[in-house]
Amino acid sequence: MASRFCLGLLLLLLHSFISLAVYEDQIGLADWHQRYIGKTKQAIFHSHKTGRKRVVVSTEENAIASLDLRTGDIFWRHIFGENDSVNQVDIALGKYVITLSSEGSILRAWNLPDGQLVWESVLQFSAPSRSLLYVPTNIGMEKDSLIFAFGGGWLHAVSSIDGEKVWKKEFPAESLDIQQVFQQDHSDIIYAVGFLDSSHFVVYHISVKSGDVLKDSMSSLPNGFYGSMVLVSGGILVALDASRSTLFSINFAGSSMSIHEKYIADIVPKCSGTAEIVPSKLTGLFTLRIGACMVLFKVNNGGHIEIANTFSYPTIISDSISTTEGNQAFVVVQHAKKSVQITVKFVNDLINDALKEIVELEPHRGNVQKVFINNYVRTDRSNGFRVLLVMEDHSLILVQQGKIVWNREDGLASIIDSTTSELPIEKDGVSVAKVEHSLFEWLKGHMLKLKGSLLLATPDDIATIQEMRLKSSEKTKMIRDHNGFRMLIIVLTKAGKVFALHTGDGRVVWSLLLPSLCISKGCEYPSVLKLKLWKVPHHHAMDESPSVLAVIKCGHGFHESGVFFIIDSHTGKVRISQKLSHSILQVIPLPFTDSTEQRLHLVIDSNFDAHLYPRTAGTIDIFSREISNIYWYSVDSVEGIIKGHSLQSKCKSDMEDGYCFNTKELWSIIFPAHSEKLAAIATRKSNEVVHTQAKVIADQDVMYKYISKNLLFVATVAPKAAGEIGSVTPEEARLVAYLIDTVTGRILHRVTHQGAQGPVNAVVSENWVVYHYFNLRAHRYEMSVIEIYDQSRAGNKDIMKLVLGNHNLTSPISSYSRPEVAVKSQSYFFTHSVKVMTVTTTARGITSKQLLIGTIADQILALDKRYLDPRRTATPTQSEREEGIIPLTDSLPIIPQSYVTHSLQVEGLRGITTIPAKLESTTLVFAYGLDLFFTRIAPSRTYDSLTEDFNYVLLLITIVALVVAILVTWVLSEKKELRDKWR
Amino acid sequence: MMTAKLAKQVLSIIILALLFCYSAFAFQSDELLLDDDEFGLVGGHTPDLEHAIPTQSPSSRRRLDLDSTSDSKSVQFTLEHAFGDSSYSPAGTFTARLKTWSHGGKVMTLTKLRLSRNELIGTEKEAFTRLLKEDNFYTIRVPSNVLNPPGKGYIMSSVRARCIPRESLDEHFLIHTDGVHILALNYGSAGSCKYPRPLKLPKKWMFNSYTVMKNGEQARRTPTFAEELLAAETGEEEVLKPPEKSFWAKYWMYMIPLGLIVMNAVTQAMNVPEEQPADQSAAQAPQPTAQRAPNSSARRR
Repeated sequence: MASRFCLGLLLLLLHSFISLAVYEDQIGLADWHQRYIGKTKQAIFHSHKTGRKRVVVSTEENAIASLDLRTGDIFWRHIFGENDSVNQVDIALGKYVITLSSEGSILRAWNLPDGQLVWESVLQFSAPSRSLLYVPTNIGMEKDSLIFAFGGGWLHAVSSIDGEKVWKKEFPAESLDIQQVFQQDHSDIIYAVGFLDSSHFVVYHISVKSGDVLKDSMSSLPNGFYGSMVLVSGGILVALDASRSTLFSINFAGSSMSIHEKYIADIVPKCSGTAEIVPSKLTGLFTLRIGACMVLFKVNNGGHIEIANTFSYPTIISDSISTTEGNQAFVVVQHAKKSVQITVKFVNDLINDALKEIVELEPHRGNVQKVFINNYVRTDRSNGFRVLLVMEDHSLILVQQGKIVWNREDGLASIIDSTTSELPIEKDGVSVAKVEHSLFEWLKGHMLKLKGSLLLATPDDIATIQEMRLKSSEKTKMIRDHNGFRMLIIVLTKAGKVFALHTGDGRVVWSLLLPSLCISKGCEYPSVLKLKLWKVPHHHAMDESPSVLAVIKCGHGFHESGVFFIIDSHTGKVRISQKLSHSILQVIPLPFTDSTEQRLHLVIDSNFDAHLYPRTAGTIDIFSREISNIYWYSVDSVEGIIKGHSLQSKCKSDMEDGYCFNTKELWSIIFPAHSEKLAAIATRKSNEVVHTQAKVIADQDVMYKYISKNLLFVATVAPKAAGEIGSVTPEEARLVAYLIDTVTGRILHRVTHQGAQGPVNAVVSENWVVYHYFNLRAHRYEMSVIEIYDQSRAGNKDIMKLVLGNHNLTSPISSYSRPEVAVKSQSYFFTHSVKVMTVTTTARGITSKQLLIGTIADQILALDKRYLDPRRTATPTQSEREEGIIPLTDSLPIIPQSYVTHSLQVEGLRGITTIPAKLESTTLVFAYGLDLFFTRIAPSRTYDSLTEDFNYVLLLITIVALVVAILVTWVLSEKKELRDKWR
Repeated sequence: MMTAKLAKQVLSIIILALLFCYSAFAFQSDELLLDDDEFGLVGGHTPDLEHAIPTQSPSSRRRLDLDSTSDSKSVQFTLEHAFGDSSYSPAGTFTARLKTWSHGGKVMTLTKLRLSRNELIGTEKEAFTRLLKEDNFYTIRVPSNVLNPPGKGYIMSSVRARCIPRESLDEHFLIHTDGVHILALNYGSAGSCKYPRPLKLPKKWMFNSYTVMKNGEQARRTPTFAEELLAAETGEEEVLKPPEKSFWAKYWMYMIPLGLIVMNAVTQAMNVPEEQPADQSAAQAPQPTAQRAPNSSARRR
């Protein structure tokens, strides 16, 4: 009977296929999309001309964007490829944005108003070097307005009008390090300066017209140079010697080169520490960082260095800009406790401040990391300045007249890990007035909807209805809802900031810059590891809030110790922060919770010792009971070794520490280095729910899925074929897929795909694996599915056995038993390449599954798992058809309506997470990359609830009308009967 | 009367249940399960395990035919074991034939794997008994490269010691190889290992080993649509008919109600004859008297 019912359901699903997509007016109801650009590297203002004032920024996420100076909105944005990072950006001819990317090998011009590509020039590249871009400021209407790009050891002069390469000149990069390319006072000479063998200073005088070297001069310094040099003015450069104790100013403007030396300790006696020149473009000035000091130096025309000012360390100084009067202005940003002081100074008047403002900044933004200045003419014709601040949390803030004009949370462009948390439960005691108001609103809304559905609504009404649907207060409430649609998505970004986003509209509920990660507290390179659920209260859900665990490392080293943060997910307050005494290799959440419902976690350190958290007596009791059944594995993807471990007694290294456990290596799998290289690893989601182990197939037969939490999918490729697609012949390439049990290290299945190569993407769920790779023989991408079935339970089909209790359905499964598994697999062609792949999860695992595929176009495609059924045959029998088996095709269909992201793109897509809602039919999908996207999908349609736009009033009216009709007919019939009786 | 009726109902239910059972029997799969595993050779002792039948798959036989020119030599590598945390000691020797193939490049593969297991000596027996008592791990290892051991390192595998003993010490090796490299070693009990694991000492302190070697199998190629069409055109005109269902499988939904009706009818039919004779005797008894009565009255007259 159940099978019949399933069959009916499947048939129903088959028919429901066409209507999976959203309608146009449903966009934005359940989904939201946010666009970000990442941490700003460089900003160029464009505000002189009339028209829209804008700032063009290049970011660390390889994006360039034109932002509205008034609002911070994105006018246009381009995201370069992963290996095409933006090195330099500038504006030429007042209408083109010039970008130099890929280590100075690609030069592009973008139209400033609309961001269209005007021209692109691929420059010659011989060896990696510094990449520099010089756009002469005075280029105007002359025909040969050239721009100069240096990169890969070549200097190119490129016409800014059409990108034509006018001339090129090679500077062999092995020994020569060109540091600056510039022009002086509209002369016909381009200077290229740099170090030769890091002990000689060279200047090349190059003709602008032809690219010939007119003159080169060299001078040597016995101590050598350190770091980069700065150009102070037309003919003076400043550099640091190799011991970082002496400053040089090199004057090469005249016919001969003159070098001045200054011993740093002599001129700055107060500051100690290693000195470093801060790269900047300040006319006549430069800054030196010595330990905790920032020293501003002035260089006069003779090359003489003198101190102008000294600041304490977290002070940021901008490049200088020229104002309308011809002065050079720059900005100094100094930190106070909760605010920053912004001071604008003129280069020729360092004593007085042109502008001084104090701006309050929220503490969760951290320190200022970069500052860019722009000037404008005030209404009273005086000089005004606006300042763009890049903060430690990667956000971008525009300050003008002492106020924050706008800020952008661009830290959200670099999400590393995400998890979810429930919202608080609704407390009793809602005021009556609120209810009445909402009742009135509710009725009004439904009357409008009724009008809409009866086609009586005016266009205004329709607009109101749409607005009401979009801005429904229901979805943005801060309390838990019955369907589980409202949640907090907690994300951890590269900057070490934790955000909580509301699923209703994507707003930031709270954010927190993890305190000890601040650069000001000595953590220069925070590396963020993981975000895990720490506590989900069920027993005390009313008065306790859930919390998350963020694990952070300071520095990228293998042996760096880490920090634990336990953060309240409702308020964003740090409950506990704990510096760990050991390093962190892996964080393993265990399926146990202690008496206060805190989840037990194992942290594996670099010595392969396991540390138990939280450290309470209760947890050790729970843990010691289960210790013999806890196994874990480690993967060394460089060496190609997978190892399994068990836990043993107390640590040998630290016998006193009762929460430290020794581990024992149990098994190992070693992939031969010459033939296999690890390409992909996938496991099942730990929180995945499987509704039933049995799968009823066509002829009333049952197959038992092999469901194991310890299933690991590993794909290896031939090392030769690890590179780009097409770099090897099909004979040399192969891909081997493994299914491994992580308790015993048993290889349950191993299959080789000849002529296949990576990139491999894989997803494991229930008893199946789907993986995506490139088939070199067919010149196409391919997706394979492996389904694994448990044969040891196959005998349980016998009713007599079940009646007599002669079955093994209730006996515990041990990994140490020899597995009797059957494997079914099939491969299909797939048109797209895949960036990420995941699978939908629902609360009880009943709803059929969909694969969510992040395509190369940064969209998310939902592909029904039934297309990836290994049992598909070319001519399915009648019973197989009834079961829902689709006839075999050699490629998987891409149905345009099944794009979850409909018309949007999630630029730079990096991850998709699926979160089960409380409603069984529905999955919440959160995708992140540079952009964020959230929606909810129902793989088998919402069979368990009415849609949101269901018209209750219409139903009510129908019922009332029916009741009235019944009453009327009843009265009429009574009357008729009476009349009949009187006859 | 009532008990008889009840008994009949029970009988009918049992018949129905049997009917269902029969239908369940009818669906047992008769699919032939092909075992593609390339089996090596059985260990030093003859296996008495019914599920492990060493067969030579057609594919490997074909390969042997192809490879008549290739030369082969014998290699040996040691199997080592450790009891819990103890250090490793030799436990046996694997012998295999190394075949060199010369199509394309020079490819070497291992075939005909044989294991000669060392007997457990006194101290090892003690150690093993201790492992059994503690339910600790019995670990074995082999080199990852057969030609120049240990290669990149040792391939290890462990099992809870209590999984091994049956009558004797039954163990099962599954060695995944790639040329002369050993990739993984799956070691464990020959059959299932029940959980919780009871402490059971073996009767014979002798290893009963069974060894299987596996090279990777090739993935099934997706038949392209064109190939499929070609195949359809050239040959098999006849469409594969679905296997004929048994009579019961087709018509059980009609047969059961029919059976019920029949049974009901039978019951009623059985009820009627039982009651009718009584009725008839009652009805017929007055008749002769009635018939006789006129006679008697006539006589009286």
